Amino acid sequence: MADFLRHEMKNQSPEQRVKNFDEVALGFDKATAKAEAERCLNCKNAPCRKGCPVGVNIPAFISYVKNDDMDGAVASLNGDNSLPAVCGRVCPQERQCERFCVRREKAGGSVSIGALERYVADYALKKGKQQERKVKTTGKTAAVIGSGPASLTCAADLQSHGFDVTVFEAFHKAGGVLVYGIPEFRLPKDIVKKEIDNLSEMGVKFRFDTIIGKTFTLDELRKNFDAVFIGTGAGLPLFLKIKGENLPGVYSANEYLTRVNLMKAYDKNSITPVQRGKHVVVVGAGNVAMDAARTAVRMGADDVTLVYRRGREEMPARREEIIHAEEEGVKFELLTNPAEILGTDGKVSGIRCVRMELGEPDSSGRRSPHAIEGSEFDIICDQVIVALGTSPNPLLRDGATGLEITSKGTIVVNPETGETSLENVYAGGDAVTGAATVILAMGAGRLAAKSIIEKLGDK
Amino acid sequence: MNKILSRKKFSENVNEYVISAPDVARRADAGQFVILRVDEEGERIPFTICDFDREAGTVTILVQTVGYSTMKLATLKEGDCIADFAGPLGKATDLDEYENILLVGGGIGSAVIYPQIKKLFSKGKKADVVTGARNESLLIYRNEFKTYARNLYEMTDDGSAGEKGFVTDKIRNLLDGGERYDCIFAVGPLPMMKAVANLTRGYGIKTIVSMNTVMVDGTGMCGSCRLTVGNEIRYACVDGPEFDGHLVDFDEAIARNGFYRDEERSHVCRLTGGVR
Ligand SMILES: Cc1cc2nc3c(=O)[nH]c(=O)nc-3n(C[C@H](O)[C@H](O)[C@H](O)COP(=O)(O)OP(=O)(O)OC[C@H]3O[C@@H](n4cnc5c(N)ncnc54)[C@H](O)[C@@H]3O)c2cc1C
Ligand code: FES
Repeated sequence: MADFLRHEMKNQSPEQRVKNFDEVALGFDKATAKAEAERCLNCKNAPCRKGCPVGVNIPAFISYVKNDDMDGAVASLNGDNSLPAVCGRVCPQERQCERFCVRREKAGGSVSIGALERYVADYALKKGKQQERKVKTTGKTAAVIGSGPASLTCAADLQSHGFDVTVFEAFHKAGGVLVYGIPEFRLPKDIVKKEIDNLSEMGVKFRFDTIIGKTFTLDELRKNFDAVFIGTGAGLPLFLKIKGENLPGVYSANEYLTRVNLMKAYDKNSITPVQRGKHVVVVGAGNVAMDAARTAVRMGADDVTLVYRRGREEMPARREEIIHAEEEGVKFELLTNPAEILGTDGKVSGIRCVRMELGEPDSSGRRSPHAIEGSEFDIICDQVIVALGTSPNPLLRDGATGLEITSKGTIVVNPETGETSLENVYAGGDAVTGAATVILAMGAGRLAAKSIIEKLGDK
Repeated sequence: MNKILSRKKFSENVNEYVISAPDVARRADAGQFVILRVDEEGERIPFTICDFDREAGTVTILVQTVGYSTMKLATLKEGDCIADFAGPLGKATDLDEYENILLVGGGIGSAVIYPQIKKLFSKGKKADVVTGARNESLLIYRNEFKTYARNLYEMTDDGSAGEKGFVTDKIRNLLDGGERYDCIFAVGPLPMMKAVANLTRGYGIKTIVSMNTVMVDGTGMCGSCRLTVGNEIRYACVDGPEFDGHLVDFDEAIARNGFYRDEERSHVCRLTGGVR
């Protein structure tokens, strides 16, 4: 008889983990994985699959785990998802696959699909290289711009269908947000590196320090490659546009996380400096805000306060991250909006906020917040990290003749194919949707690859 | 990896490097910059493109040893490689619309006006140049400026070369003497650019400055390079580095640039064992 209650992964204790950057969730051991796999009812209509943006055959890979056939599980999962070790860790499962699991309400909770995905993917990474599959080349070439999850997925699919793929990345390292945004304690960089090494081994070529729009232009790439995929993400940080925002000590979450993650400022031997705030305020409540707040805790802050203008229900972050942040001592000031950043001697000394209340739901069903008059109060702090969201970076548009862009700066694509206004130029991920999720970016990379293969691959 | 083809000492702590970077040279233009990392553990630091040769595939940068990374760079020799060299970044400077131009370079800032005077010269435009430094040994590109400038005025704090005084003294002198510039392009330390902008405001002369703010990515992703120009937030790395000097909030920029100085200092100590 399978266990009734859902198994959760073990975590590093909050007291311990705030002192290190090691991964918080420790993953399943073999017995727990098997016990959790047993809980899957292998529903015929598999409602969980509908919740997955890339339609991973969830009951199939879980059945292999149940039957102790790990290689089978790996083969099944890899066929559907090119970055499972990443997705298992960062997908908002509670809003996707696990939300539709029939066990959710009445039968001990949804199956821990994310944790099982991670378990299978980590097994594969530990085991090392899979048997090489000989691929017949098509003689066709593809340029992939950016190296975030959208681009990596597209590159993998194209290369495995015989395309000669070159990835152009502005940074000195591949992975996009996976390396410069999401912190080590949530997604170890070793895992991302292994996934990328797999691509290199498949034959994908990487060109770093290459900014499309600057070093080369899209127009040039179109001349030299049969197909182009744009996966440049949404890297441009939004600010609050309030007084005091340019004071030293005010960071965008992108800058703060890049300094700490990509440039390893948490390591005492790193040479990229970052201010170690004592009293830190983070503005926002998405994954980015949680990551910034939890990073600040680990950088030795005495207190970290998260300021968000809506309520708990509206917080867009993954549930697990919200819980972890609270366990680690991050204080939430909800229904609170910053009005001004205060400075003393040219440095941040506090943040003035107003209390908010939620009004009637608007046409989209979201209740929009209003300031309560006379409710101003100050929070003392020496560092403010703004995590309000991002929009697409405009650099690519230099020398991209005829590429259609919306007024928000996102790239226009045909939703059925991923093709842009330019022939044989495709786009996907945050560059098209605005800041979204890893899995949606991967889905878009996969769709574009499929369209390119259908159009240009061997018939 | 990009190879250092040659390295020349300019002064006590300024070196010129010619670096093999065909992709950067191909599209480089005066006013743009690169971001480099010395080695695999290095931080990302911006440098102005002083010169480039598209055919030879080379880019020239001038490096003043001021902190940990520049010190590490100073330990590299001809034939050594640096880990990363990305560019060309930022917008190229376009002085085409001006006829009578004065270029002003303070200290290492002269490295930014050097490609400018060369470009103007190649277009058959004449321009005057004022350079300033603490003393003679810190004046750079002296022969080159002599060749390309209509008039070259050198200023030193101690009078060891040219005239004794600041670049602003010379500019005031020239303007009061009846020179009619329609554009002044000034590059140097922030306080110098601020002084130049304050001076020329009174004369109503268009003044362009090049903002060397703190950068991380150089592609508009982090906002660390942001500054206020005419009450708007602008990013030096993508909107600049050149801005209208009369609209830049220099005090804010000075405060932001000073912020990491203490951090830098502790790193220098680690490299030199406390000697600076
Ligand atoms: C801190 C943080 C935490 C997050 N947490 C989660 C989470 O828990 N779960 C989740 O699902 N999602 C999360 N997200 C969102 C998720 O990371 C993104 O939706 C996803 O990475 C988008 O992928 P992408 O491939 O479209 O772009 P990106 O990952 O943004 O990659 C774009 C790449 O393109 C490069 N590039 C940009 N312009 C150019 C150019 N002109 N030339 C060459 N290269 C260029 C960039 O350097 C970058 O490497 C988080 C995001 C952040 C910032
Ligand atoms: S250096 Fe990061 S935005 Fe300009």
